Amino acid sequence: MRLERGILLFVAILALASCKPPRRAEGRDPSRGPSTLTIKGSDTMVMLAQRQAEAFMEKNPGVSVQVTGGGSGTGIAALINGTTEIATASRPMKASEKAQVEERRGRPAVEHAVALDGIAIYVHESNPVPHLTLDQIKRIYEGRIRDWSEVGGSPGRITLYSRENSSGTYAYFKEAVLEDEDFDPRTQPLPGTAAVVNAIARDPRGIGFGGIAYGGGVRALPVKKDESSEAVVPSLETVTAGTYPISRKLFMYTAGEPTGLAAQFLEFALSPEGQQLAEKAGYYPLRPTNRE
Amino acid sequence: MIEAKRYRKSTIAFATLSGSGVVVILGCLALILVDIFVNGLPQLSWEFLTQPPRDGMTAGGIFPAIFGTVLLVLLMTIAVVPVGVITAVFLHEYARPDAWYARLIRGAVYNLAGIPSIVFGLFGLGFFIQFVGRGIDSWFFGGEVVWGQPALIWASLTLAVLTLPVVIVATEEALRTVPRENREAALALGCTPFEALWKVTLPQAAPGILTGAILAVSRGAGETAPILFTGAAYFLPYLPTHPTDQFMHLGYHVYVMATQSPDVEATKPILYGTVLVLLLVTAALNGLAVWLRYRLRRTNP
Amino acid sequence: MEGVPSESLREGFGGLETASSRAVAATPDPAGSRLRRRKAIDRAARWIITLIASTAIAAVALIFLFLAREAFPILTSAAVHEEVTLGKMIFPQPWREGEPAYYAWQPVSKVPKYSLLPLLVGTFKVALIALIFAVPVAVLGAVFTSELAPRRVREIVKPAVELLAGIPSVVLGFFVLMVLATHLQDLFGLQYRLNTIVAGIGLGLTIVPVIFTLSEDALTAVPQRYREAAFALGASRTRTAWSVVLPAASPGIFAAIVLGFGRAMGETMIVLMASGNAAILSWDPTLPVRTVPATIAAEMGEVVVGGPHWTVLFVLGVLLLLLTIGFNGLSGWYVRRLRQRLGGTS
Repeated sequence: MRLERGILLFVAILALASCKPPRRAEGRDPSRGPSTLTIKGSDTMVMLAQRQAEAFMEKNPGVSVQVTGGGSGTGIAALINGTTEIATASRPMKASEKAQVEERRGRPAVEHAVALDGIAIYVHESNPVPHLTLDQIKRIYEGRIRDWSEVGGSPGRITLYSRENSSGTYAYFKEAVLEDEDFDPRTQPLPGTAAVVNAIARDPRGIGFGGIAYGGGVRALPVKKDESSEAVVPSLETVTAGTYPISRKLFMYTAGEPTGLAAQFLEFALSPEGQQLAEKAGYYPLRPTNRE
Repeated sequence: MIEAKRYRKSTIAFATLSGSGVVVILGCLALILVDIFVNGLPQLSWEFLTQPPRDGMTAGGIFPAIFGTVLLVLLMTIAVVPVGVITAVFLHEYARPDAWYARLIRGAVYNLAGIPSIVFGLFGLGFFIQFVGRGIDSWFFGGEVVWGQPALIWASLTLAVLTLPVVIVATEEALRTVPRENREAALALGCTPFEALWKVTLPQAAPGILTGAILAVSRGAGETAPILFTGAAYFLPYLPTHPTDQFMHLGYHVYVMATQSPDVEATKPILYGTVLVLLLVTAALNGLAVWLRYRLRRTNP
Repeated sequence: MEGVPSESLREGFGGLETASSRAVAATPDPAGSRLRRRKAIDRAARWIITLIASTAIAAVALIFLFLAREAFPILTSAAVHEEVTLGKMIFPQPWREGEPAYYAWQPVSKVPKYSLLPLLVGTFKVALIALIFAVPVAVLGAVFTSELAPRRVREIVKPAVELLAGIPSVVLGFFVLMVLATHLQDLFGLQYRLNTIVAGIGLGLTIVPVIFTLSEDALTAVPQRYREAAFALGASRTRTAWSVVLPAASPGIFAAIVLGFGRAMGETMIVLMASGNAAILSWDPTLPVRTVPATIAAEMGEVVVGGPHWTVLFVLGVLLLLLTIGFNGLSGWYVRRLRQRLGGTS
């Protein structure tokens, strides 16, 4: 009986508590002062920003940097509404979004390249194909080349893997490699690089692309820019030197030129130390020429 | 004679066939559990349960995901249990079973139980975040986004709507086990109907109500689709402390690690460990509810 | 005793009220005011309880309202119409110049393509596979458990089914993705590791408990005297189960199957992880498949809030909602028919 009374009390307390949902925001003070910086956006860049934020906080005691994901759209929306100082995006900002930033914040959105993302072409480790040209990759993904024997491999139907159409990697690959043509409808979009690697490790006829990842069972295929050029494997040297043909920049956006803590953080992100952290997160440092 | 033989043959064939249905169910269950236990058990350790992820989720533990899941279902419970219990009380104690309003509510509960979880996610995004959240922002914060974005509170309220039918159905079942005479005795002693409910019926139905709450928690802890865009975060360096914070979640963590991690081989043990923890949490809660219900049925035949 | 108490209680309340009003007349004032207060509380409680009980109705209404609100610009907004209209979603479009009109789902493209058909076909296809796997297993299992199995077996099977029902779908999706898909590919020598069959079996695992439980309910609802009559005519247990109980319970079992189909169409995490997600317009079960819920889950996170793509995803949500409500209603109709049939023959 006492147990049951206790349960009843518990239920009653829950009932009381539910009557007054906390509707006042004391925690998120908009005027937090200059010692806090918020970075919000792309899930794929959370790890990068987080590593840089940790090192930055260590170097600047008393400063707090909050990193959250939620997607590029969420980050950009937060930038538009002024709830984040820096938005990370794995896709370039759309013109309509830039216009919204200008309208709501009174300042134009400023783009900061913070790292390079090399897009590797993955095949199964047993795949004998020595290399592919950009044009071959394009035709494979358009569905015009359907069999491995057409590109020097052992006969077998090619299975296509890509990233989800909402991802920045998808948009970049489509623009840079497919020259804005559409993917073959049989392409299987997967939600992340790990999913691509996992799929290809189990599929000897598969081909996929994604950021740099480590995993057994797959190899990154050397890529030739055209018939006459050399086949290049994605690596620190080739991506930063620009000889590997498929790489893109990753961006952080601010509303207007960054000031205060945001400026300090971006400066740190572009410093040699910050760039080294980008490498640890699976990306490549920017070429010296990219550092403005 | 031949007739009888054929008859027996077809009988045996049907018995074997239907028995094989059970074998398939048990076999699938065993396969899943064995795979997850064998691969996940070596990973479980105190560090794994109490540390945050490190090195891009290739090392460390899953404490923030456990914490976020617990906080999420706690808020959800606070919201769903009173509403669910009161709805069941109305349906069973107050309304005539054939009254149009009661039938309308029953229809709504039945449909609510069948709506896909991803639709609840869209609802949370469209109603709680875009309408309620943005509404609060424009009324109290001059349009600055505080509440109008994915957050713990919105995810838990979304889950509360999703688990409402679970609580209602379980509570009604519990109310049915309370003998009618007990209510009548209370009324005869001069209680008002509400007093009879509050002092007699509800306390006696409490274990059954608790069962419903536990079932709802178990369901809520396992759902991933509704929180995808209402509040779950891929990675958070801090623990959520405010209703407008985002949170990490065991189910979402499994999804993220299975699809996003940069180092597949290094993540695999952690992945299996996380799956095992999620499975243990939901299975333990489910088991507790089933056991409570079993005990309840035995004591109140 | 179901349903009865409230009726008779109400009469009880009536009697009580007259008794207490007599008491008011007889006692001095302070006690009277206390009684009035208690009665006021009672009245207030009744109102509050009625009000809060309406939450379920409000929830369903709000779900419809707010999904429709976000999907509505598909009909009215000029900005959305620049990219997509309802007609473009339904009918085949000449997406590329010089090529015949066709269906395609490619929302991120120079010309965004939002044909519904590949997604709808995919959703039905994968749910059908789930049924083909789950129905025999679950219905036969339910017949065996409720009609033939000894009690000890029943006490193992029923908790096992509840355990299966309690496994989160993301865990099932994980298992199908990491383990089952490879085995199935090796077994059948399929071109695609992630395909409709793999995802369908994963979905089947989630609806087996639904179909099993509801079928078992339908079977136990068949009156005992049906079985006794069959036994008296010399039929064995198995024969009785097959020829008497199963036909009598068939509307209930059909309701279970319809409900299971609705569930399978709406399930998200398993198809998101294990179906390959390619939007191909084909009924071939060995190809990858993209379903409506998986599309919403995969694309919602990164779209521009309020943009055409966002609107289209909400249109998909409305469609999914209507489809599942339809299947729920159909299932409920069959359950009522079962009750009528079993009630009518008595």
